[in-house]
Amino acid sequence: MIQAILFVIMIIGGTALLSWPLGRYITWAMDPGAGQGKPNLFTSTFQAIGGSATRQTQDWKRYVFSLLGFNVVMFVACFALLALQQYLPLNPDGRQALEGTLIFNTTSSFVANTNLQHYSGEVAMSYLSQLAALMWLQFVSAAVGLAALAALARGLAGRKLGNFFVDVQRATFLVLLPLALIVAILLLFPGVPMTFQGSAVATTLEGVQQTIARGPVAAFVAIKQLGTNGGGFFGPNSTHPLENPTFWSNVLQTISIIIIPMGCVWMFGRIIGRMKHAAVLFTVMLILMGTRITGAIGFEAAPTHAFASLPITQDVGNLEGKELRFGAAAGPVWAVVTTSTSNGSVNAMHDSLNPLTGLMPMIGMWLNEDFGGVGVGMINMFLYIVVAVFIAGMMIGRTPEFLGWRIEAKEVKFAMMGLLSHGFFILVGTAIFAVTPWGAETLNNIGPHGFSEILYEFSSAAANNGSGFEGLGDNTAAWNIATGIVMLLARFIPIILPLAIVGSLSTKRRATESSGTLSVENGTFAGMLTVTVVIVGALTFFPAATLGPIAEHVMFMK
Amino acid sequence: MSKPTSASILDARILVPAIGGAFRKLDPRTLAKNPVMFVVAVVSLLTTVLFLKDLATGAEGLGFSFQIILWLWFTVLFANFAEAVAEGRGKAQAESLRRTRSETQAKLLISADSRAWKDVPGASLKVNDIVLVEAGDIIPSDGEIVEGIASVNEAAITGESAPVIRESGGDRSAVTGGTQVLSDWIKVRITAAAGSTFIDRMIALVEGAERQKTPNEIALNILLAAMTLIFVMATATIPAFASYAGGSIPIVVLVALFVTLIPTTIGALLSAIGIAGMDRLVRFNVLAMSGRAVEAAGDIDTLLLDKTGTITLGNRQATEFHPVNGVTEQDLADASQLASLADETPEGRSVVVLAKEKYGIRARDMKDLNATFVPFTAQSRMSGVDLEGTSIRKGAVDSVLKYLQHHAVSGGNASADAVAREGQAIADSISKAGGTPLAVARDGNLLGIIHLKDIVKGGIRERFAELRRMGIRTVMITGDNPMTAAAIAAEAGVDDFLAQATPENKLQLIRDEQAKGKLVAMCGDGTNDAPALAQADVGVAMNTGTVAAREAGNMVDLDSDPTKLIEIVEIGKQLLMTRGSLTTFSIANDVAKYFAIIPAMFVALYPQLDALNVMGLATPQSAILSAIIFNALIIIALIPLALKGVAYKPIGAGPLLRRNLLIYGLGGLVVPFVGIKLIDMIVSALNLA
Amino acid sequence: METLLSSLRITVATMVICVGGYTGVVWAVGQAAAPDLADGSLITTPDGKVIGSRQVAQAFTRPQYFWPRPSAVSYNAAGAGGSNKSPTSMDLTDRAKETIAAYGATPENPLPAELAAASGAGLDPHITERAARYQAERIAQTRNVSVDRVNQLIDRSAFSPGGVLTPDRLVNVLEMNLALDNDAAP
Repeated sequence: MIQAILFVIMIIGGTALLSWPLGRYITWAMDPGAGQGKPNLFTSTFQAIGGSATRQTQDWKRYVFSLLGFNVVMFVACFALLALQQYLPLNPDGRQALEGTLIFNTTSSFVANTNLQHYSGEVAMSYLSQLAALMWLQFVSAAVGLAALAALARGLAGRKLGNFFVDVQRATFLVLLPLALIVAILLLFPGVPMTFQGSAVATTLEGVQQTIARGPVAAFVAIKQLGTNGGGFFGPNSTHPLENPTFWSNVLQTISIIIIPMGCVWMFGRIIGRMKHAAVLFTVMLILMGTRITGAIGFEAAPTHAFASLPITQDVGNLEGKELRFGAAAGPVWAVVTTSTSNGSVNAMHDSLNPLTGLMPMIGMWLNEDFGGVGVGMINMFLYIVVAVFIAGMMIGRTPEFLGWRIEAKEVKFAMMGLLSHGFFILVGTAIFAVTPWGAETLNNIGPHGFSEILYEFSSAAANNGSGFEGLGDNTAAWNIATGIVMLLARFIPIILPLAIVGSLSTKRRATESSGTLSVENGTFAGMLTVTVVIVGALTFFPAATLGPIAEHVMFMK
Repeated sequence: MSKPTSASILDARILVPAIGGAFRKLDPRTLAKNPVMFVVAVVSLLTTVLFLKDLATGAEGLGFSFQIILWLWFTVLFANFAEAVAEGRGKAQAESLRRTRSETQAKLLISADSRAWKDVPGASLKVNDIVLVEAGDIIPSDGEIVEGIASVNEAAITGESAPVIRESGGDRSAVTGGTQVLSDWIKVRITAAAGSTFIDRMIALVEGAERQKTPNEIALNILLAAMTLIFVMATATIPAFASYAGGSIPIVVLVALFVTLIPTTIGALLSAIGIAGMDRLVRFNVLAMSGRAVEAAGDIDTLLLDKTGTITLGNRQATEFHPVNGVTEQDLADASQLASLADETPEGRSVVVLAKEKYGIRARDMKDLNATFVPFTAQSRMSGVDLEGTSIRKGAVDSVLKYLQHHAVSGGNASADAVAREGQAIADSISKAGGTPLAVARDGNLLGIIHLKDIVKGGIRERFAELRRMGIRTVMITGDNPMTAAAIAAEAGVDDFLAQATPENKLQLIRDEQAKGKLVAMCGDGTNDAPALAQADVGVAMNTGTVAAREAGNMVDLDSDPTKLIEIVEIGKQLLMTRGSLTTFSIANDVAKYFAIIPAMFVALYPQLDALNVMGLATPQSAILSAIIFNALIIIALIPLALKGVAYKPIGAGPLLRRNLLIYGLGGLVVPFVGIKLIDMIVSALNLA
Repeated sequence: METLLSSLRITVATMVICVGGYTGVVWAVGQAAAPDLADGSLITTPDGKVIGSRQVAQAFTRPQYFWPRPSAVSYNAAGAGGSNKSPTSMDLTDRAKETIAAYGATPENPLPAELAAASGAGLDPHITERAARYQAERIAQTRNVSVDRVNQLIDRSAFSPGGVLTPDRLVNVLEMNLALDNDAAP
């Protein structure tokens, strides 16, 4: 247990510390200072690359339009590369054509920064598909989120939103690229492969042939983690010994998952000029995530129930689906961290987690804001802030204000629409697939756990997470189309609505703050926000959770 | 209309009609205005229809369904009841107003110049008609006096029985329909057509008939509607989940879960809170022209307060006599008293009082002295008295000095100059201390200076400190010079002041504050206050003021008491706080309700889920029934709070939020656990389920 | 139109820099600094035949070898995966019964859990030191060497993957089996 505590403190505490200077750096990169008049060297380079559309400052509608336009191009480019992979180069193992709905699902998934994978990388994808289609989207889709957050923060600071095409390049080239380079090179040394040779064929000591898939893994894995993408090079993701070979590669990857989302909170604080508020948000997020980590480690310490009556020594918790080299706490910690951040990579099979351990990642995806995906996590939190401010503001007897902006009907409407849509996708999707063969015939487990597989899949799609209870046979037309649509809608609705809120705020007179206005910089607000997140965000899912993980737990684990 | 009273909330005269009102409000058109309760009514109707169908086919277990349905309807009725009670309280006040509006006859002038008139019904008057109102007549409609002066009894609207003077021109020219002229006559130009007079508006306001939803109320309604939608999803998907688990959930149970989860508590009380807020203001003798204005009052950052009457006692008082060299205090006091005998202004009276108290100079009669009074004029800016061979003048220091120069006996002499300089020096030191100097001269010689002092109201300093804690900045508006203003501002403890105020720089001050992102409240009465009243976010017009002022403001204070601004702000805050706190309470309740109903609902599918029954409720049926009963009863239990409002304490935003979160957030979490458990014990003891 | 054009230009720029440039740099560093690791940590015989990857488990069923953890994909390194069974699943019980039978575990000599539970990718190259010792007797008997000798090999090979943070020491199954073969050869 002491090792588990040390491990958590090292990873979460260490990353939290590192996120502070990183937040400073991201702010420098994304929002280069007051020198509005003459753009710095980077800005002018990016304007040169992007052409005429990069030179105007955009209002929220223009910004969203540009964002969506770029995403359309991302979608088309990826779709084309995947659809034509059998004709294209860099395909040493001769991967064949992909099925249509799978291409749609995969493209939607990577455009939406979700990386839900209904395919297995080493089986289905050529190296070109992996790099030029998928890894490319892992860069730019994360950059889109970061750009949107920068615009949101500028708007709240009472400034112009900026230009999407410049922001997305800043995020790609100045934030993601250098960090990915560092992490990728560090990953080489524990033994993550980086080769363009095809699979190796070995003859084992017992004389059997073993084909060992490999490829340009290190480059791929670095951005997969940093961009909260999560799509693995190999099917089993970071459980695969070539994708995550050692304890230390696992530590490095866990840190990479969460560091940019953490840094985003500080960037938000810096741009709006309210570091104390950012600290409050950071604390709330840390508490919410920390609670789930504690829960997951605790629940996963229970041994594998299936082995209970057998002559098996069980003194290290549930080991099904886990890798020994990472240590006992690494699985549950990663499971929570990856679902907190909409990353979705795994280092243990979530389907084989104990029932209540499996609930922790689901809650993470239901809340989807601590710390959330790159950029978008903080944006999701903004929706909760609007609701919390609205209720708390009334309780002190003033028209609710956030940073001096009055929160009125329009803002509440947009915020609630965002939160509502998230629940809608998960609950309605799960309901439909639970009663139809679309879902029922694809399950790998029976009873409540089978239900959890469906619930998890839709939660993952709606949270743009990408992890799964992977026993689910999800490469069917029904799953591909349904989750493909959910991923796209769940990606763009929570980006558009907050920017629309900022657009609405910018037309108002901004009030000054006093001792009579709601402070968003103290413990009371932190408590208020936490409770809002839990009650508005998670309570909706209580019935579903009861029939899934909780039912399984009370049936078997008591 | 009565003065502010604490009419008992449990007044049978209001409660009994409200029961009928609760049923009348089942009209779908009325219900549709409240999304949450409308949804409850719809699902109640749905389950009732299903129940009747089951009854016809003779299904089993109908007793339980029947009870659930009963309580569902109670939920709707309780909400209607809350609204009806709130309206009932308003209606009671409207009744007394309406009695004053009995049919009046009006004397419509044939032409404005003559006094010839014809008798017409008051209801037929149009705007700009000119009517004659004589002693004993009821003023037929709102208007402005174009000619004449009269004493008017305005008890109908203010509750104050002392008559007030109304005259043409100036700041007291507005009259209100329904009030009675007691003496003299006036010609009144009608400014409001029948049905839209001040009293009509008051009636509409207190009855809540024309109540428009305020911006914050609309936003809250959206939040509640969205929460309702969320729980539509949460419950509508349950049958599919249950079907996966190989079972089914009765519709009536789903409906019970749904109704308990959606924010019915705040949904039911929302309009009652709004009506009660307006009602509190009316009880306070302040009329808000819209609910929006009441809400804005809670948001005020800057309060502009007139010095006179608000911060200081209405009038300055003489506190000291400062004679110049060679004159005794007694002499000065004597001359001052003589000059002030006929001066009916409060300042003048205070001089007489001081002379008597401090120097034992008894009041004398003007007639006995054979004296003539020289009244104050705008030109001379002095008043005084002339008696045999002696003339005494009293007035502003510079005016008196100028007067002395003019009337100097034989050109200026050196000693007169020295005396003038001495007088000026005394006057300056008085000004610096916040007082007003008044020079007194007799027969061309300056005798000395009277020190008039502004008396800052008792307790006002604490009041401003309180406002500061609420985050509200106070600005004192005064016509005094900056020196005097600064001294009084410091004594009263206001945050800032505007000296030598004119309507223009007052308006500018408001604009400046607003540009800084502040909401400004002020009160005013004169026509020249109208632009500032209109510009301010909350403008409270004094009832004694002009029509222009009344139209420009968004509130009217019937008592014409400027200090009330502070209470108005508190009422605005209280209104929002009550909404926010009950919303929090309502949402926090859901946790306990989930724990009551979810295990009960699913225990048939997975019996082990009984482990979630943390309250140890007797049976699944009693658990569900108890939750829905609690949900209905809590509405009734909270009606008094909704009407009275959550107590406001000026302790600053942070502590206030902590306090309300603790009471209504934590309370909302805990109370239903206790309540549902208790109801369950009763339900199972009575064998209801 | 302007939007589309800018999007396309940025697409090209990001493809060139983030796909071409970035991949190239990482590849070059890998091939220059640690070519063996970059190519997949392959183990070859002196005559150049590939035996397997140090990182990847392979099937061992013969009694003279250490057996790795169960694999849900039969150690297929070109299509890895886990069982994805719930820990409450009867399927796991059934699978564990087979494993127990293979090891001949009894209530007196229970099987360490890590030998019954399948790994996430089905390619976990390690077992715990305890799981290795559990197999020592079988290997010693089959190879006709002393148990001590097998245990000495385990002592030499065992390592803590995360230092103080991981109390359980591990051994690499393929490397141990290679060592057994080399050791036993003479």
